[in-house]
Amino acid sequence: MTATVTRPADATPPAAAPATRRRDRAIDAIPWWLKLIGTVVALYLILPTLIVIPMSFSSASTFQFPPKDFSLRLYENFFTNPVWLSALRNSVVVAFLAALLATVVGTAAALGLHNLRGRLARFARTMLMISMVTPAVVIAVAVYISFLEWQLVGTFAGYVLAHAAIGVPFVLVSVTGALGGFDPKLLRASASLGAPPLRTFWFVTMPLIGRGIVTGAVFAFVTSFDEVVIALFLRSPDVQTLPVQMYNSVTVEIDPTIAASSSVVVTAVTAVCLLVQFVGGRRKSR
Amino acid sequence: MSATTTVPASVATTTGTRILLSNVVKDYGLATPAVDGVSLDIEPGEFMTLLGPSGSGKTTTLNLIAGFETLTAGAIAFNGTDVSTLPPHKRNLGMLFQNYALFPHMTVAQNVAYPLRERRLPKAEIARKVADVLKLVQLTGRDDTYPAQLSGGQQQRVALARAIVFGPNALLLDEPLGALDRNLRATLQAEIQRIHREVGTTFVFVTHDQEEAMTLSDRIALFNNGRIEQIGTPEALYRTPETLFTARFLGDSNVFPLTEPAGGKAVWEDSTWAVDPHTISARAAEGGPSALVVRPEDVRIAAGADAVPPNANCVAATVRGLDYLGAYRTAVLSLGRGGVVGRARIDAVETGPLIDRPVVAWWPVERQRVVAV
Repeated sequence: MTATVTRPADATPPAAAPATRRRDRAIDAIPWWLKLIGTVVALYLILPTLIVIPMSFSSASTFQFPPKDFSLRLYENFFTNPVWLSALRNSVVVAFLAALLATVVGTAAALGLHNLRGRLARFARTMLMISMVTPAVVIAVAVYISFLEWQLVGTFAGYVLAHAAIGVPFVLVSVTGALGGFDPKLLRASASLGAPPLRTFWFVTMPLIGRGIVTGAVFAFVTSFDEVVIALFLRSPDVQTLPVQMYNSVTVEIDPTIAASSSVVVTAVTAVCLLVQFVGGRRKSR
Repeated sequence: MSATTTVPASVATTTGTRILLSNVVKDYGLATPAVDGVSLDIEPGEFMTLLGPSGSGKTTTLNLIAGFETLTAGAIAFNGTDVSTLPPHKRNLGMLFQNYALFPHMTVAQNVAYPLRERRLPKAEIARKVADVLKLVQLTGRDDTYPAQLSGGQQQRVALARAIVFGPNALLLDEPLGALDRNLRATLQAEIQRIHREVGTTFVFVTHDQEEAMTLSDRIALFNNGRIEQIGTPEALYRTPETLFTARFLGDSNVFPLTEPAGGKAVWEDSTWAVDPHTISARAAEGGPSALVVRPEDVRIAAGADAVPPNANCVAATVRGLDYLGAYRTAVLSLGRGGVVGRARIDAVETGPLIDRPVVAWWPVERQRVVAV
């Protein structure tokens, strides 16, 4: 912002002009070998995920790749079997509530810690982030033991609380990142103009760090949606999440419906991420 | 045309607010308090400047008035009502920041409407006030522009419009021109003066730029180490400084630390000078170390002691150089035995002393001042 202030007051200076010119300038061409390596790495990362999609259109009752014929039988099975459907519904509800909780807690923590310096703040941040580096199975055992005591095993509340806890670091990181470009003077400006703190948050802070909040919320949702280790410990005959049902279908039943359910999950998660990117990208370009 | 020179009725405030600071202290627990017992009576409609070097407590004082910082001790009152514990959003103060602090996700019109929306005004009234105030700051027609598309000067004018549109008790300005270049500063200084005149509300202006303070202010409160060194009109501070700090901070001074307490005579090195009792500052009269200061424009240069008129003090000097400053020149002098650096203004007609020639620098007795060190 300070770079633009030397212009005379009455010139009309679209600030984007020099920036656009810089972006148009030709940069060094990417060498062929770098493109090759990039493609190989991308395929390595994506192919295993994509392989389930052709498999899901098979009509066989066992896993087949490549599929011999085309059929929607597995999808029919997935969308009519109450076990799969309730697992899907459970996962969506748990992931939604866990993401909501994680977003509220993570955003509040990021805002609070943003203004704090010193050892205590660093300690608090580390404690909130610790679930990112702790092995999932350690968390799962700890959660299981505590939840047995509190009778939360196999309950919705149990899944939501445990998944919210592992979602908080994602929100904390992305909101902290968004706050890096946030001018704290805006809070004082808003207060001086008569806005109480909550309205300032709603009208000033939230619109400006919204991308960080949404990104964190999506990560928290996806983390909960595909979380399997904690969910395995917490499962009960009544409440199971989709990843646990998928695990069962392979280890216990050898049911190829998992191919259809995997495809649904991959498509849904990809759609959510693309949607966020599209909406975010459009706002940024304004 | 009259619309731009007279303030629209919807923007004008009836009267300014009296801001009274009584023994205000802000202590962060460091070696010395940031603000250490400041008392200040800002009159309704006054343009008061808090001037001082960085770290002198002027910005902290402004933040205390705004309510962004809590008082360690003392009290602040607006028009006789104590506001010491009132949160900032209830103090009804407009504020200008150095980096403008416009909301980047709102248009010009939305920024300016923000305080009106917080006050739940009807839509039509908001629209009318926004249009009026944008006319006042000469930004009509830029309603739907985003701040990033405006120049720095235009952004500060939007911030100014936003800060006065709701008829605040007072306008607080925290180095608002610091980020602007020299020409633009002059333009916006004039703008701020005009709006102060037209809106008539109390202005509290923080700056470290003494020229800006002299140009704009009704009164200046000069800060030093968390205390007010001196309060007065720009002329009073320049002409009758109480202390050496004030004399040095506002304008140039020739400084002679005195070896004897101020009495009938002033003694510096080999010179003994006559002193007019009216030119001894109250603080210097209390005793303690003092210094004699003379402004460069009051110092004249003569070829020898016999050319010095009566009722003037003089000192041996050597001209070390001449600075050409457009309207006038100053001679850089080396004064007395120790070669203290001094300055004298030379009018264009005085074709002048020769460099490195011994001369006599003199000044009328009534133009010198004895200040506390």
